Amino acid sequence: MKLWKTLLATAVLAFATATSAFAARTDLVIGIPLEPPHLDPTAGAAAAIREVTYANVFEGLTRIGPNSEVLPDLAESWTVSDDGKVYIFKLHTGVKFHDGTDFSADDVKFSLDRARAENSINAQKQLFAAIDKVEVVDPATVKVTLAHPQGSFLYNMGWGDAVIVSPKSADTNKEKPIGTGPFKFESWAKGSSITLVKSDHYWGAPVFLEKAEFRIVPDAAAAVPALLSGDIQAFPFFDPDSVSQVKDDPRFKIVVGATEGETILSINNKKPPFDKLQVRQAISYALDRKAIIDGASAGLGLPIGSHMSPANKYYVDLTGLYPHNVNKAKELLKEAGLENGFKATLKLPPPSYARLGGEIIASELREVGINLEIIPVEWAQWLDQVFTKKDYDLTIVSHTEPNDIGIYSRKDYYFNYDNPTFNKIIADLDLTSDEAKRKELYAEAQKILADDAVVGFLYELPKVGVWDAKLQGWWENAPIPANDLTKVKWSE
Amino acid sequence: MTAYLLKRLAIAIATLVLASIVVFAVLEVLPGDPARLMLGMNASADQVELLRNQMGLDAPLAWRYLHWASGLLSLDFGRSYTYSVPVIDLVRERLAVSLPLALIALALSTIIAIPIGLFSASRRGRVGDMVAMGAAQLGVAVPNFWFALMLIYVFAVWLHLVPAGGFPGWAAGAWPALKSLLLPAVALALPQAAILARVTRSALIEVLNEDYIRTARAKGLPYRAVLWRHALRNAMIPVLTILGLQFAFLLAGTIIIENVFYLPGLGRLVFQAITQRDLIVVESVVMLLVAAVIAVNLVVDLSYAVVDPRLRTRQ
Amino acid sequence: MTLHIEIPEDTFSGILAKAFRNTAFITGFIITALILAMAIVSYVWTPYDVTKLVIADKTQGSSLAHWFGTDHFGRDILSMIMVGARNSIAVALVAVGIGMGVGVPLGAFAAARGGLVDEALMRVNDLVFAFPALLSAIMITATFGPGAINAIIAIGIFNIPVFARVARAGALAIWPREFILAARAAGKSSTQITVEHVLPNIATLLLVQGTIQFALGILAEAGLSYLGLGAQPPMPSWGRMLFDAQTRMVVAPWMAIFPGMAIVITVLGLNLLGDGIADILDPKSRRQR
Repeated sequence: MKLWKTLLATAVLAFATATSAFAARTDLVIGIPLEPPHLDPTAGAAAAIREVTYANVFEGLTRIGPNSEVLPDLAESWTVSDDGKVYIFKLHTGVKFHDGTDFSADDVKFSLDRARAENSINAQKQLFAAIDKVEVVDPATVKVTLAHPQGSFLYNMGWGDAVIVSPKSADTNKEKPIGTGPFKFESWAKGSSITLVKSDHYWGAPVFLEKAEFRIVPDAAAAVPALLSGDIQAFPFFDPDSVSQVKDDPRFKIVVGATEGETILSINNKKPPFDKLQVRQAISYALDRKAIIDGASAGLGLPIGSHMSPANKYYVDLTGLYPHNVNKAKELLKEAGLENGFKATLKLPPPSYARLGGEIIASELREVGINLEIIPVEWAQWLDQVFTKKDYDLTIVSHTEPNDIGIYSRKDYYFNYDNPTFNKIIADLDLTSDEAKRKELYAEAQKILADDAVVGFLYELPKVGVWDAKLQGWWENAPIPANDLTKVKWSE
Repeated sequence: MTAYLLKRLAIAIATLVLASIVVFAVLEVLPGDPARLMLGMNASADQVELLRNQMGLDAPLAWRYLHWASGLLSLDFGRSYTYSVPVIDLVRERLAVSLPLALIALALSTIIAIPIGLFSASRRGRVGDMVAMGAAQLGVAVPNFWFALMLIYVFAVWLHLVPAGGFPGWAAGAWPALKSLLLPAVALALPQAAILARVTRSALIEVLNEDYIRTARAKGLPYRAVLWRHALRNAMIPVLTILGLQFAFLLAGTIIIENVFYLPGLGRLVFQAITQRDLIVVESVVMLLVAAVIAVNLVVDLSYAVVDPRLRTRQ
Repeated sequence: MTLHIEIPEDTFSGILAKAFRNTAFITGFIITALILAMAIVSYVWTPYDVTKLVIADKTQGSSLAHWFGTDHFGRDILSMIMVGARNSIAVALVAVGIGMGVGVPLGAFAAARGGLVDEALMRVNDLVFAFPALLSAIMITATFGPGAINAIIAIGIFNIPVFARVARAGALAIWPREFILAARAAGKSSTQITVEHVLPNIATLLLVQGTIQFALGILAEAGLSYLGLGAQPPMPSWGRMLFDAQTRMVVAPWMAIFPGMAIVITVLGLNLLGDGIADILDPKSRRQR
């Protein structure tokens, strides 16, 4: 008898839960491809940290919006001195950290000083390099003085690495992140999922979701069934290769946006025979970008002809410079004295764009007589051998930092490319604020890289988001790594 | 007997110590710097050095080995580089997936294999035996990860009966958690069941040929009674040996299966830790698995000695 | 089973006669021969070139042009299975060779010497056995880089203790036999006796174990390749084909079905062959089965 009562009670309860579900849902399970190593964006480079915490848990003085624009965040407004060196930030008041601690200008000073300190392990220390000193004017005002004017300073302060943390919790943020954002950290089942819940005392516009779980799904093979079964309702970064498996399903919305990821066939410019311009040009002619985009990225992604995103305002279309032309490639190799072809290695990091693209590129280069040995490497090895020690011939990687053409002028960068003319242009750019002139310089820089065929320019990595068609408020593009949930809600 | 026991124990401990040296040495030569991996492409050499120092990676090799090994003795496995939590916590969390998985698989494999073995042995040479043993042959030949793929296709993608991968955690309730372990357990169990069925069958046949069984038969006991009361009990020794070995094997076999199903278990932990150069986790988990294998072998050896006193003196 | 016609145990024709009546042997032999033939044919002919990618033809189902369909790069799956057979066979075979080449002398030596040498060798054996094979293979390939050669080494190392144990156990059973005592009395050294008398007598045992390890090697290679640690493209391998298939199960299930069946059939054939040989040559096991 008792059992029946219990069962009845359970049934009633279940019914009640079911009916309440007719109101708009407030829970969400998001699939993310990589598990963050920890959850402190000020102490690690992994994009996965930002994909969970950015704008959700942690906030900075400024923030970057869905279209790469700089928006106010913890700073409600700011003024810049005429010489561009002094920034005065006016902060929001009544802001609390998730542990109940009040937020004030002291936390801003603490966070910025901590990030730029000698022993800081912030992964993007250069963001703070221009800062000379940070001063607390009053609890709601901060004055930042720069050593020299920096056009990108407000943008820099919007990066995930520049979020504001509390001295009380700074050392434990890796495990238990405490920020000022609309969601607070609830739990982390290692290897499985991270759960955030709505914060009770958020200062800003209220969010719609009560609970958001980031489920770690490292492979598209598991992503597709999880999506189909409804276990996971959104994959903001979906493997393009798997789109064909869900594109005809009306339950889902597929949005292809832009990233800042220039996917390139990097070439070691100092290593013979790649030090010869003809060889690099031959490689460029041998590449069939359309086949690569079709085979490695399901036909999504725009071809690029230099190191600039087609979505960027400074973009110049140089994709016509080296059309796919096997004969031209062979001719150039002959000019370089390599008519019998040669052997080289192609080191491939784990992402599917590299592994799939690598197989296609190896097959294309084989046609012009370049025989590539494919060597798959893990990120640890890639960073060590390719990036740090420059022990490689060719590799494929997506450079995801925004507007990063300047890397070609870096000394000792892994391309081993050194062109004084190009370096001068980049140096000039830093000092130029005139928009028309900047555009001209950027165009010139792109042209030089394309002419020199420094690397094989392939395509702009697409951001393919797949989510339940009833969900709204997602970012379409990915100007920075983030899964901003502040506007996400269920319709109905 | 005590001398034999002590000798076995000493050997097991010596093996364990040697294994720890081997594991530590192998991981030292693993290419790739964990500190560099954590900081990414933009970090400077100074920053990497600083982090290496913080992680204790720049200490002398021997010191690090002793530090690690002495920690193991007190069950202090150190802290994970990537997750920066105590390794023991990670291991405990992951064992909560791998151990049930291996146990379910072991149970499944036993439940399937023993009756088939009995059935086959009692019908030796007849059609039923041939069909069962043919199926077992096939079962041995199927790679478990391919079988897993086929199971996913049929039960998850087609029929939507179970999730295709992932693990909701025990906090989500026993049933959803068990449900997500079901397919992986079946995939793990099938090849093991096939092996076990064959062993059971041949052990039974061996026993059935023994004189005392013939005597029992001659006394007029029905065949079934003989099979159940005498033969099965005696045939259990080799079967249990295989079961013991299979458990250690199953724990390791979870590496591939957990990767197919994205289960946050020990196997997946160690696989990820290798790619992320979380050396301290790799070292500890490998040692744990090695210790499990050695312990099982020791138990098997000792139980043999209990059953068959001759073995004690032979070596 | 009880009414066995007595066949002379040792003559070649007698063994052959038994072989022809052993279903397992015949089936296993035919399957193994067919797989080997397929691998050999692939050197001179395959329906399509497996190194040429035809993106336009990607993930097509079975058709007259492509019996087993095409993969995500438009390559013919049948052709890839044919060429992949080479890789599987080569890796497994060389790994067995390593295991036998090192393990058998070790085991035979341990049995001949006995005492401390035996003890020491067997303890080293225990040490290798204590490592879960797959885990160590992953560590080996992580250290030295993925590739067919390292896969061979990783699998081969784990064959060594297996053969050492079998050889030792077999040799220990042979040593007390009368003909060995006679040879000893004739003043032959233990090495001579091992080579002339012990090894020939345990050859059957080793052959059977060899087939089993061969089959296990094919499974192990597939597992390593599936994890991305085996042979690298453009060389097709069955395990990697399955890895590629996994993300495309919904749209291209044939990419998973056919390579998997190739593995199952090959391993099945080898196991049957091993069972058959054991049945024919080993009277004890005949009684058991």
